[in-house]
Amino acid sequence: MSGIVHTVTTDWGQMFPLLVENLGLTLYMVVVTLIIGGLLGLVLGILLYTTRRGNILQNVVVFNVLNVVVNIVRPIPFIILIATLGPLTLAVVGTTIGSNAAIFAMIVGATFGIARIVEQNLVTIDPGTIEAARAAGAGPWRIIFTLLVPEALGPLILGYTFVFIAIVDMSAIAGVIGGRGLGDFAIQYGYARFNWEITFAVVVVIVVLVQLVQFLGNWLARKALRR
Amino acid sequence: MPTIVQFEAVSKTFETKQQTVTAIDGIDLSVEEGEIFGVIGYSGAGKSTLVRLVNGLERISAGRLLVDGQDVGRMRESELRKVRLGIGMIFQQFNLFQSRTVAGNVAYPLRVAGWKKPDRDRRVAELLDFVGLLNRAHDYPDQLSGGQKQRVGIARALATSPKLLLADESTSALDPETTQEVLRLLQKVNRELGVTIIVITHEMDVVRSIADRVAVLEHGKIVEQGAVFDVFSNPQTDTARRFISTVIRNQPSDNDLDRLQKAHTGRIVNVEIHESLRIGSILSHAFSDHGVQFEVVYGGIGAIQERSFGSLTLELDGPETSVDALIAQLGSVTTVEEVRA
Ligand SMILES: Nc1ncnc2c1ncn2[C@@H]1O[C@H](COP(=O)(O)OP(=O)(O)OP(=O)(O)O)[C@@H](O)[C@H]1O
Ligand SMILES: [Mg+2]
Repeated sequence: MSGIVHTVTTDWGQMFPLLVENLGLTLYMVVVTLIIGGLLGLVLGILLYTTRRGNILQNVVVFNVLNVVVNIVRPIPFIILIATLGPLTLAVVGTTIGSNAAIFAMIVGATFGIARIVEQNLVTIDPGTIEAARAAGAGPWRIIFTLLVPEALGPLILGYTFVFIAIVDMSAIAGVIGGRGLGDFAIQYGYARFNWEITFAVVVVIVVLVQLVQFLGNWLARKALRR
Repeated sequence: MPTIVQFEAVSKTFETKQQTVTAIDGIDLSVEEGEIFGVIGYSGAGKSTLVRLVNGLERISAGRLLVDGQDVGRMRESELRKVRLGIGMIFQQFNLFQSRTVAGNVAYPLRVAGWKKPDRDRRVAELLDFVGLLNRAHDYPDQLSGGQKQRVGIARALATSPKLLLADESTSALDPETTQEVLRLLQKVNRELGVTIIVITHEMDVVRSIADRVAVLEHGKIVEQGAVFDVFSNPQTDTARRFISTVIRNQPSDNDLDRLQKAHTGRIVNVEIHESLRIGSILSHAFSDHGVQFEVVYGGIGAIQERSFGSLTLELDGPETSVDALIAQLGSVTTVEEVRA
């Protein structure tokens, strides 16, 4: 195998452990973000849905404040969000560089993204079932946990699967503030050194990872929907 | 019979961005314990609003509303939740929880009421047996037919043994046969369990089939109310008359009359029929007593609350005075209306 593309020969004995280490870092950032951002986003999404006019926790002020905040934060491109959050990251994490600083920014980004996804999935629930639960004497909190979440579980799982991929995307950008991980690895060792093999290997790893998660998400959603 | 639901000058208004809608406009109404009370009206009359006031899903704007002696209009939401445990509700679209099995749906109110699992399981089995769906306990609602879904809805509504059941258009999404099946089940709930039922409907057939008393609702007001038989046999308003004509087409319409006038030469009268009348014996002697021939040209007789009721349109042929005498004789036992001399 020889050709003009192969300007560098890869020392896989040295590169493979690095690839694995960076995969581990990416998974760490993604999983922590998915758990914390996932929970915060769930809470925020539920609040957005339930405080809306005519709903079980109707509250015009809370709804409008949350709605405006989500609308402002969500469209900010992640790389700009990282920069914008700088002072807050410093206050919360103690530093603006490294994996943990990156995770903080990712959590903020994921929370607001997930909030909208959760809200949109809850909107599809038949209001009649909420009425039936109210008529049975259920209060708002019971309705949230025993009705809203279970009824929307299938679409919510698919939503979170979608979010997982978006978080992998964010984690790649996290390299710019020293977050390391696969994105950073591909740029440093692949792109910067004209080593297409490394870049290609990273792409394969990410594609496989995303496929696995998508498969798992589809399977869980199908179980939840019983279809 | 003690009163279980009492509306005293109750009004309900909705504030929308553009206007204020008066959905319920000063209603006085009382529902007695143990009866099936029908509320009938056209779309937008305020039927759903009326029934939702009873369990506090909507709050009254004015007046006083007593449910089982409790002033629900003045209660806080947390107090209302306890009241709702004693009131079942079923819906037009069934409103079953898709994420729960049939058994899980029926168990839901029991969970809310804090029942322990073994007690819940026993009660769910009892209820599913009562509605004839014990073998479907582990199926999901989307695996059931409409009639079966409503039976699950009824089992769920009865879970905590409520004294009162609210049924909002509970058969409107079902075909006529399934409607009768669900109505029979509601009747069984009323008779065997002694549950008071408020049935909201736009179908007179539902009222005729199961209600003891009925109120006719129009633009948020009750325009007529009373025992179903009385309202049927002697409607006071056009709205009531139009509803009745949907189930018993016994009086000829103007078109029918035109046709009858062309086809018959004699005098035409409407004779109201009640069960205990002996119209037949009068008519069978019409010729020998008066020299009058009769022909039945239109009519219908049905049953309401197990009593026959209807009207026959007769053509009477004979000398003027003899026909007058026959009409007078019929008039002494029932209402006779001459349609055309
Ligand atoms: N939440 C609400 N906000 C504003 N207006 C309402 C609301 N609920 C009901 N209304 C109005 O109150 C009136 C009565 O409505 P309701 O649903 O009680 O009628 P209905 O007799 O049940 O009609 P249908 O047979 O179509 O179910 C209608 O004019 C309706 O638009
Ligand atoms: Mg209605």
